[in-house]
Amino acid sequence: MNADTQTATKTMNMIEAINSAMDVMLARDSNVVVMGEDVGFFGGVFRATAGLQKKHGKTRVFDTPINECGIIGVAVGMGAYGLRPVPEIQFADYIYPGLDQLVSEAARLRYRSAADFICPMTVRTPFGGGIFGGQTHSQSPESIMTHICGVKTVIPSNPYDAKGLLIAAIEDNDPVVFLEPKRIYNGPFSGYYDRPVEPWSKHAASAVPEDYYRIELGKAATVREGDALTILAYGTMVHVTKTIVEEMGIDAEIIDLRTLLPLDIDAIEASVKKTGRCLVIHEATRTSGFGAELAALVQERCFYHLEAPVERVTGFDTPYPHSLEWAYFPGPVRIATALTKILKD
Amino acid sequence: MPETDRRPASNLPPLSLHIPEPRYRPGDTPDFGDIVVPAVDATPRPSEATKPDAMRDLCYGLVRVLDFDGQAKGQWDPKLSPERLRTMLRYMMLVRAFDDRMFRAQRQGKTSFYMKCTGEEATSVASTMALDRGDMCFPSYRQQGILIARDYPLIQMMNQIYSNRGDHLMGRQLPIMYSAPEHGFFSVSGNLATQYPQAVGWAMASASKGDSRIATVWCGEGSSAEGDFHSALTFATVYNAPVIFNVVNNQWAISSFSGFAGGERTTFAARAVGYGIAGLRIDGNDPLAVYAATQWAADRARTNNGPTLIEHFTYRSEGHSTSDDPTAYRPAEEPTIWPFGDPIDRLRQHLETLGEWDNERHETQRAELDELVKTTQKQSEKLGILGHGMHQPFETMFQDVFEDMPWHLKEQCTQMLAEQEAKFGPDWKPE
Ligand SMILES: Cc1ncc(C[n+]2csc(CCOP(=O)(O)OP(=O)(O)O)c2C)c(N)n1
Ligand SMILES: [Mg+2]
Repeated sequence: MNADTQTATKTMNMIEAINSAMDVMLARDSNVVVMGEDVGFFGGVFRATAGLQKKHGKTRVFDTPINECGIIGVAVGMGAYGLRPVPEIQFADYIYPGLDQLVSEAARLRYRSAADFICPMTVRTPFGGGIFGGQTHSQSPESIMTHICGVKTVIPSNPYDAKGLLIAAIEDNDPVVFLEPKRIYNGPFSGYYDRPVEPWSKHAASAVPEDYYRIELGKAATVREGDALTILAYGTMVHVTKTIVEEMGIDAEIIDLRTLLPLDIDAIEASVKKTGRCLVIHEATRTSGFGAELAALVQERCFYHLEAPVERVTGFDTPYPHSLEWAYFPGPVRIATALTKILKD
Repeated sequence: MPETDRRPASNLPPLSLHIPEPRYRPGDTPDFGDIVVPAVDATPRPSEATKPDAMRDLCYGLVRVLDFDGQAKGQWDPKLSPERLRTMLRYMMLVRAFDDRMFRAQRQGKTSFYMKCTGEEATSVASTMALDRGDMCFPSYRQQGILIARDYPLIQMMNQIYSNRGDHLMGRQLPIMYSAPEHGFFSVSGNLATQYPQAVGWAMASASKGDSRIATVWCGEGSSAEGDFHSALTFATVYNAPVIFNVVNNQWAISSFSGFAGGERTTFAARAVGYGIAGLRIDGNDPLAVYAATQWAADRARTNNGPTLIEHFTYRSEGHSTSDDPTAYRPAEEPTIWPFGDPIDRLRQHLETLGEWDNERHETQRAELDELVKTTQKQSEKLGILGHGMHQPFETMFQDVFEDMPWHLKEQCTQMLAEQEAKFGPDWKPE
């Protein structure tokens, strides 16, 4: 934990921590504005902006028309003026109508204008499945984001990180897509859909400083040290992975990437060189997923240290099904099978 | 001090940013007294071939047929037979009975999600009844009335809602995202307004083939802000496409009032003006006005006179969905004081005024429809309720990604079947 200032902490779930990050930044910097569908008076469909309009005023925190391309495009213009917009896209699945403004505009503005104009925008958006949301409330588009040259991609896995990373993202002078794993908004997820949900209050990372602190973008966190293999994960899958590893009694090193782009390649390299095995886990579809990038990087940089091929555990290459959600989700069996295979000899 | 707080010195008055705000919030006493309600016979009915420029007033008025005392009046009266009116009433009552039951099923934990259309039944039922059976409908998620008005089997709707063994979409879609090609009902998408240009494309195709069928499409007023809405209107006017655009202005888009889609400045029907297409603003709680306007637009489209945009001025009486509590953002009594009443009550009153209906028949029909929905629900539940899902053979997950399954999906399917066996044993079958 690398908090700049140590102040009173409060027990927060992920939503509360994200809310607190925006609250702190709205108070610190009069250029920060928060906007999106239903984020104003109502405080967002997941309550992430609850109370912010009341506290900071209607021109700082406001609702928008239902038009994602407009939301992102307007944020680019606000950034050109000098504001620091924090738009919310209600579900990551709805970022697609806004992709042109994100890919062709936000991501390239600095480059094409030789930094005459920049885009200091942070797009927050809930992503991932596990809530019976069907195909348009469950997707994980992170590899689409990392494939755009010019946006940073951040995915927190707990309340403490969520707040520190979101503050760093808002302060960053480049566009950041901040993907919030909605399955773990209220508590970490074991991967067992039929077990009761544990609240964040039982988890150490729910102790969140009430004031300002940053977690630098581009730095991974080691969730668990170990020698048997390195597991690269992020978001919800960090918790699922940890549960399975502990159940199986495997001495795995779990690295929570936290920022996918720019990636903490040093942390990955050091760990894989130590353990000699690498398993990559994500919920997103497999083909051209972020796991493919990770596997390639590990193989390029650690080939002579590897004792087994890099393995991937992922969602399947289908749209996210409603009823077969738990057959789709990369849960305990899929992870255990991969662990057994990679540790075989 | 941030850079932007150091404005250049200027004698000009400071600009200010307007953020729309609905008139009433929880705790306020709402009053809709200033909503203009033109007389029923005040609106002329132009011919279906009228040039859009010559009928702009209709974008700013309100087409009405039923007076609040139950009389049908004026040039727009479609003069339907009592038999037809009773059919319309029955469909609308069935939609409501179905909605109430399925909403409750979600609350009982039998499925993940549901959306009602309470108060808006006319906008889909009456509209569908004015179309030809072969006309193609591109719905949003709140047009269950189309399926019901086309006699789609209720059990199939329920099976889809439960994602159970009987669901012909194999549990792939969120509840209410039906698909029914035989009933002229396009697959519902979760992404708003995407159906708008698609309907135009269908209409263009029909026109290019010399067909006689037209397309109709619905979206909410909130969704009319999406780019797809405007793409659709552009293509429709360019190609004079035989399509009817319905904007169901139920005042709310989840917690956002219509002002966030531009409703503070002009009507939604007036979107038609800029595109040079016909626009009609109608009382969406008046089933006869909905029928009449749709019939007018359908005739217009079918005679190569082009597209029409219809704004159904109505009110979302209940929450957005089972995930929503509207009392958090609007006064609880708003729905009850909506000046246009309830579409079912109004049609019932009209039939009673005609001497074609009475309280006893109404109550008998209500009980009969409740019973129908209840028995159908029991049958559907025999095929499973959502629970943890997994009512379909797992391999169905990989089907229909493509027509033919590529190697990587075959491989993944094999992997998943092995997982299934590891989880549930070799003899497990979806229940
Ligand atoms: C592209 C996209 N953006 C956002 C959403 C989330 N969303 C679902 S319904 C809804 C409100 C739509 O309101 P309106 O168009 O007025 O239709 P109504 O619900 O009132 O029928 C929103 C914002 C979505 N489904 N798709
Ligand atoms: Mg609406």
